[in-house]
Amino acid sequence: MTPVSDEAPVRRPVRVPARFRHLLAAEWIKLRSVRSTYWVLGVGALTVIGINVNSAVSNADRLARQTLLPPERPGFPDRPEFLFDPLTTAFVDPAWQLFMIIAGTVGAMAVFGEYSSGLIRTTFAAVPDRQAVIAAKVTVMAAVMSALGMVVSGTSFGVTQMLLRAEGVLSLGDPGALRAVAAAALLAPLSALAGMAAGAVVRHAAGSVVTVVAVLLLVPALFQGERYRWVKEIGNAMPLSAWERLVTNPERAHDLGRYPLTVAEAWIVYGAWATAAVAVAVLVVRRRDV
Amino acid sequence: MPWRVPPRQRGRVIEATELTKRYGRTTAVDRLSFTVRPGVVTGFLGPNGAGKTSTLRMVLGLNRPCGGTVTVDGQPFGDHPRGLRHVGALLDAHDVHGGRTARAHLTALAAGNGLSRRRVAEVLAEVGLADAAGRRIGGFSLGMKQRLGIAAALLGDPPVLLFDEPLNGLDPEGVRWVRNLFRHLADDGRTVLVSSHLMGEMEQTAEELIVIGRGRLIAAESLRQFAARSTRQRVRVRTPDPDILPTLLADAGARVRRELDGAYTVSGLPADRIGELAFEHGVRLHELSPHAASLEESFMQLTAESVEYAAGGAR
Repeated sequence: MTPVSDEAPVRRPVRVPARFRHLLAAEWIKLRSVRSTYWVLGVGALTVIGINVNSAVSNADRLARQTLLPPERPGFPDRPEFLFDPLTTAFVDPAWQLFMIIAGTVGAMAVFGEYSSGLIRTTFAAVPDRQAVIAAKVTVMAAVMSALGMVVSGTSFGVTQMLLRAEGVLSLGDPGALRAVAAAALLAPLSALAGMAAGAVVRHAAGSVVTVVAVLLLVPALFQGERYRWVKEIGNAMPLSAWERLVTNPERAHDLGRYPLTVAEAWIVYGAWATAAVAVAVLVVRRRDV
Repeated sequence: MPWRVPPRQRGRVIEATELTKRYGRTTAVDRLSFTVRPGVVTGFLGPNGAGKTSTLRMVLGLNRPCGGTVTVDGQPFGDHPRGLRHVGALLDAHDVHGGRTARAHLTALAAGNGLSRRRVAEVLAEVGLADAAGRRIGGFSLGMKQRLGIAAALLGDPPVLLFDEPLNGLDPEGVRWVRNLFRHLADDGRTVLVSSHLMGEMEQTAEELIVIGRGRLIAAESLRQFAARSTRQRVRVRTPDPDILPTLLADAGARVRRELDGAYTVSGLPADRIGELAFEHGVRLHELSPHAASLEESFMQLTAESVEYAAGGAR
């Protein structure tokens, strides 16, 4: 063995403070340096806006022709649930469910992409503080998705209301409008966080996507019956149900069922899901071997 | 020279103590203890499945040991919030995202550790990937991915470097380059641990060896000592009297194997003793030539014994 003398130029690590913003920068670079991110988000956003705009166009068309019809029987149009609701036009259910799938998939991709490629080992060897890595990933994802959600939600609302301006539409100042726009915008980061949790638990591409779609869409669809209160309550606790409640126009009477969700509860569902998703992602990533 | 070796660092940079890792019922690493010193290239040798990769992952805190400890510079590596300035590692060249460019991959790693973008350009040039920096990693050959992995390991200019099978997929020029690089890194006073399942690769790369088999330590010594161990010679003998000689040698305690060309390979008895025995019994010899076993052979022998021992239980 070669003896190591006092003259040997052994290098000591340079002390550089570990800053969270460095990790944010790293995750931001990772997110934007993968082409599929742009594809999925771009095509997804345009599709969602397109569906909403198309609904507005066809509604405007139908309403325009309706005025040519003879007046309705007296009393009939006074029932508020039969009045035209300009808010639902901006928040067409299938379009926003699609948005949930897209956001959930992008969230899952950001995590399972690291696991299935093995990059996670490179990442954690470079940054052993796993909790900080996941926190940075979650922060960047939530920020990007919130921005995208705001664009899609704001555009959907603005364009649909513009198209329907002949029919007495809403502005953001009207009751429930801003709430609906915000709730729809936040659906994107919420779904993405759920996707990240699914990706961290399942760590496999197809499995993660199936899991997040099942949790976000299938479970709320299964738990809608009102025969047993607990079934409906589980359904009420899902993000999709909360979103449906939050985009409901308060100016129109809606049958909310026997066990309705209040607006405050719906916001709590949003917050609880986001918190739980982050907690799950952090916990499983911190514990497991990679 | 900017740095002196602090006393605490001398001779103890990577230190594993009774390190153990089990996956289900399989014991991948079994009470493994070793020390890797700075200033030399240390080869980490063992057949496939010997536990090399598991050990390296535990060094890096990627896998949690079931027992024992491993420290880098007296501290578990996982305790550092950022790693690149402490340890640079290439575990598997495939541990990258194929959709990113080489530059984006390294830039993200550098950014997370607060390293400059200039450093990315430097390491890309150092490993010869400057021209491929803007290409997606998915299109890289294994050799290019190895270079990229080495670039990532060098990013933080760390005092400790780990490489798991770094020579796989490299062309002869690449192999020579990597060997020189390792030697230079060690000459700088860094600790360099390089794993391989081929002794031949280590022969010209490492000065120190840690040999494991079935997760257990078989040898931890210098290459020179290891080579001395393998001077256990074999002697090639040809004789026109095949009825007498093999029995004679076997009775003297040697192991005799008949080769395809009719000659015998004798182990366990030096050439001069064989000659004397033949002379005493009037056996004619047409060839009596000693052969030193190669390092590769003695490595195979050593690890094969460890495998047998582990599989057969107490003998």
